[in-house]
Amino acid sequence: MKKMKLPQQIVSLAILFAVLLAGLITARMFLIPKSFGKYGHYRADAVDEIKTQEINYAGAIICEECHEDIAEQKEKSNHRNVACEACHGPTAAHVEAPDEFIPTAPRGRGYCPLCHGYDPSRPTGFPQIIAELHNPGKACMTCHEPHNPLLPHTPEECSACHREISSTKRISPHESLECTSCHTVPEQHLTSPRFALAQKPQSREFCGDCHAKSAKSPKEIPRIDLHAHYERYLCWDCHYPHHPEAR
Amino acid sequence: MKNNNKSRREFLLTCSKALPAAAGLVFMPYATGQLLLKAQESEGYDPTQHNYAMGVDIHKCIGCGRCADACKKENLVPEEPYYFRTWVERYRINLEGEAIVDSPNGGIDGFPEPAGSEEEILRSFFVPKLCNHCANPPCVQVCPVGATFTSRDGVVLVDETYCVGCRYCVQACPYGARYIHPEKQVADKCTFCYHRIVKGLLPACVEVCPTQARVFGEVGLRSSPLRRFLRFNDVTVMKGSLNTKPKVYYAGADGEVR
Repeated sequence: MKKMKLPQQIVSLAILFAVLLAGLITARMFLIPKSFGKYGHYRADAVDEIKTQEINYAGAIICEECHEDIAEQKEKSNHRNVACEACHGPTAAHVEAPDEFIPTAPRGRGYCPLCHGYDPSRPTGFPQIIAELHNPGKACMTCHEPHNPLLPHTPEECSACHREISSTKRISPHESLECTSCHTVPEQHLTSPRFALAQKPQSREFCGDCHAKSAKSPKEIPRIDLHAHYERYLCWDCHYPHHPEAR
Repeated sequence: MKNNNKSRREFLLTCSKALPAAAGLVFMPYATGQLLLKAQESEGYDPTQHNYAMGVDIHKCIGCGRCADACKKENLVPEEPYYFRTWVERYRINLEGEAIVDSPNGGIDGFPEPAGSEEEILRSFFVPKLCNHCANPPCVQVCPVGATFTSRDGVVLVDETYCVGCRYCVQACPYGARYIHPEKQVADKCTFCYHRIVKGLLPACVEVCPTQARVFGEVGLRSSPLRRFLRFNDVTVMKGSLNTKPKVYYAGADGEVR
């Protein structure tokens, strides 16, 4: 029997395909990463690489390990659910080297309004202030301890807020007068000053109680004739009550 | 007698070796935080046991932008105001019911009142946005090289050594959650802070959110805070009609939110 011989062109074609196939397999071996396709159509090692990314935010639990006192204070305050790093920024470097990296702390007026500045889009009931009206120029920290932001106590003296008036009055002849001699101050004014304003005198007769000719006040107090003395003006049009001799 | 001496020496030697170990046991609680941070290799982590997701409560968001700020600092996202892994949008609904949406610098510097706007606003609220980590992600479908993928714990990730920067995924994402990193020239996106969650930490945005508007957890775990969030809220997902099956659930999202 005659041996069947493959035609030449078929053999060369088969060799060509075999070379191409071998080339493809070798190329795949080199080009496709080993872990590709281990769990799906991706490089499994990539997951491990992503895992090694550096952590910058350490987490509040770690802060509490050293700063127990602050954690305890914050625990009872309205800021109990605000993480340390929400204000102090990323602190992982501080955990690694507590003395070399000190986290920042916002101290001015710029930071607190990011949460507490009035914004009509904020949920109703969230405590907000209008920064331009709320004790302008004062750093938030002068009155509010950030780790327990409610006011620790209501102001005891008027000068706590009205410092300029109080220091002017101190060098004036009215120095000995209490603020409440002229102003009526509702109790609520101490906690929410803008919702319960202090009252001012309204008439000439009020000043006349001390300064009119017929007044029963001590004799050394200067007197005027309440009816003859610029009758059509109010006293404080000319005299500044907190420093009456200055014009 | 000689034997006795030897055993005593042996006893003392054993003691001297055991002492540091005992001290280590006593002081271990103080070191755990540091250990947690230093643990680059998260031993014993089984990704098949997790399926991560996030909840966002729009009623609680105050638009302070701390999440967007923390995200940039944690993941070293470029500071320019075009690149965000997460950001906060302000929705303002006018009298005609149309939504005016803006997000100046992702909300990081707050939301200034738009100047010269005469429009009457009916209501307004903030919506934090991020990658939705879809269970059926269009970005993964279109990636021609297999550089973006869903990991076994349900997080959509980018293999940045394998990405060719073709921008298909940026186009495909219906939520605009992806961008091309200007230095690396590869696609970049939210990873749910994958390097943190595998070590038991929270994503940076959830960590710093002062009002707990963001809740992170697992879909399958009954004890997860996310399950509680899903139980107590009427939740929606963004663009549900696209069948992307997002895993970021929004509570209190109006019809206008998209």
